[in-house]
Amino acid sequence: ALAERANLAGVQHILLVLSGKGGVGKSTISTELALALRNAGKRVGILDVDLCGPSIPRMLRVQDSAVHQCDSGWVPVFVGQDKAIALMSIGFLLERPDDAVVWRGPKKNALIKQFVTDVAWGDLDFLIVDTPPGTSDEHISTVEALRPFQLLGAILVTTPQ
Amino acid sequence: VALAAQLSLSLAECPGTGSAQAGRAAACQGCPNQGLCAAGAAGPDPAEAAELRARLRAVRHTVLVLSGKGGVGKSTFSALLAHGLAADETKQVALLDIDICGPSIPKIMGLEGEQVHQSGSGWSPVYVEENLGVMSVGFLLSSPDDAVIWRGPKKNGLIKQFLRDVDWGEVDYLIVDTPPGTSDEHLSIVQYLSASHIDGAVIVTTPQEVSLQDVRKEINFCRKVKLPIIGVVENMSGFVCPKCKNESQIFPPTTGGAEKMCQNLNVSLLGKVPLDPQIGRSCDRGQSFLAEAPESPATLSYRNIIQRIQEYCEQHHFQEEKIM
Repeated sequence: ALAERANLAGVQHILLVLSGKGGVGKSTISTELALALRNAGKRVGILDVDLCGPSIPRMLRVQDSAVHQCDSGWVPVFVGQDKAIALMSIGFLLERPDDAVVWRGPKKNALIKQFVTDVAWGDLDFLIVDTPPGTSDEHISTVEALRPFQLLGAILVTTPQ
Repeated sequence: VALAAQLSLSLAECPGTGSAQAGRAAACQGCPNQGLCAAGAAGPDPAEAAELRARLRAVRHTVLVLSGKGGVGKSTFSALLAHGLAADETKQVALLDIDICGPSIPKIMGLEGEQVHQSGSGWSPVYVEENLGVMSVGFLLSSPDDAVIWRGPKKNGLIKQFLRDVDWGEVDYLIVDTPPGTSDEHLSIVQYLSASHIDGAVIVTTPQEVSLQDVRKEINFCRKVKLPIIGVVENMSGFVCPKCKNESQIFPPTTGGAEKMCQNLNVSLLGKVPLDPQIGRSCDRGQSFLAEAPESPATLSYRNIIQRIQEYCEQHHFQEEKIM
């Protein structure tokens, strides 16, 4: 429990980017928002909880990066021009980029909990959480795991139709 | 030690909660469900499998419409495939929507507000035409804005009910529309339909790499579960302005689009469908785009693709009959 408090304790605001519908631009918005906040001098992290279709690593051109461990947990991959945006995604954990993550709910839930409690995020002004489409395991688990922390709110993305 | 090495063991696939290996495979170590799975049935329930087989015996062809990526036009395509096949009044077509969280099929088929009725022989599909029946969780909601916030196991239960309890009758084509991803719904439908058979999967994408990278995973999923791939459809493939007739690539194929991906992965490219704003409009209004815009280049593409799928299914059936 102490370790749990430590890893997200330095994060000021947590923003969820949600939709319901797929393909409307959640990951695009998450990425652009992170870059814009970083540009404005904020300390930013991105947590990509889309386990089946993780788009963020490619959008930030770090799809070939690996994740390492430190004393407080997993070290996020640092991205962006000044390598100052912290990113965690299942994309970094795949042996091959085309490997399908064919998991049922319980296994997805376990990894999401780990992403929330075991990543050494450090001090961040904003942690942006990119989600997959739907209202299912990933969403329930993410909200449950984040509830004890500073959850600022959700941004909902849509297209006109 | 790089974490990826540690985790690659645990990233091995879940054998399936109904499999004989449930709870016992190497991949099960550390999974929170391990205890439940290991304590559960020794394998898939044979009585259940028999029930499904009986119900699906009268289905001649089954086509799954998959992607991996959301918002590429799976539901749009599923609906148009169903309409296209049902244009032949001698064919009986069934459209099953297993997107439990985001069921689009009722709206696209103009069936919002319809309810499912029960009879002695099971749940009645909702009929758009006499020869085109539809089933979706959308018909079971009290309000269209109700969120279905279910974890995997509950979704799987409903999918099983859709296959076991819906009285489809004699069906020439069962089209199954799926949500994006490679998770519970996809594993379950493949597992439950193994009681019957699946002709193959049609995989939908759009031209940009962000879509293709998810679609490659879906192709790998199909290979992993031994699901034949009928081919790939590339939607939103170019836009021709109705006023100046100039063509633009709204989603530029920066890595070669579906064509290059299909070449690399040795799968068939069934066709490319251009963007036509009338498609979205028809979907919103619950009308068949093929009927509303018969002259559109997109309609021509769709019709060609539908024909290729039909030919694949008929050929497949013929080969099976030869073997038997």
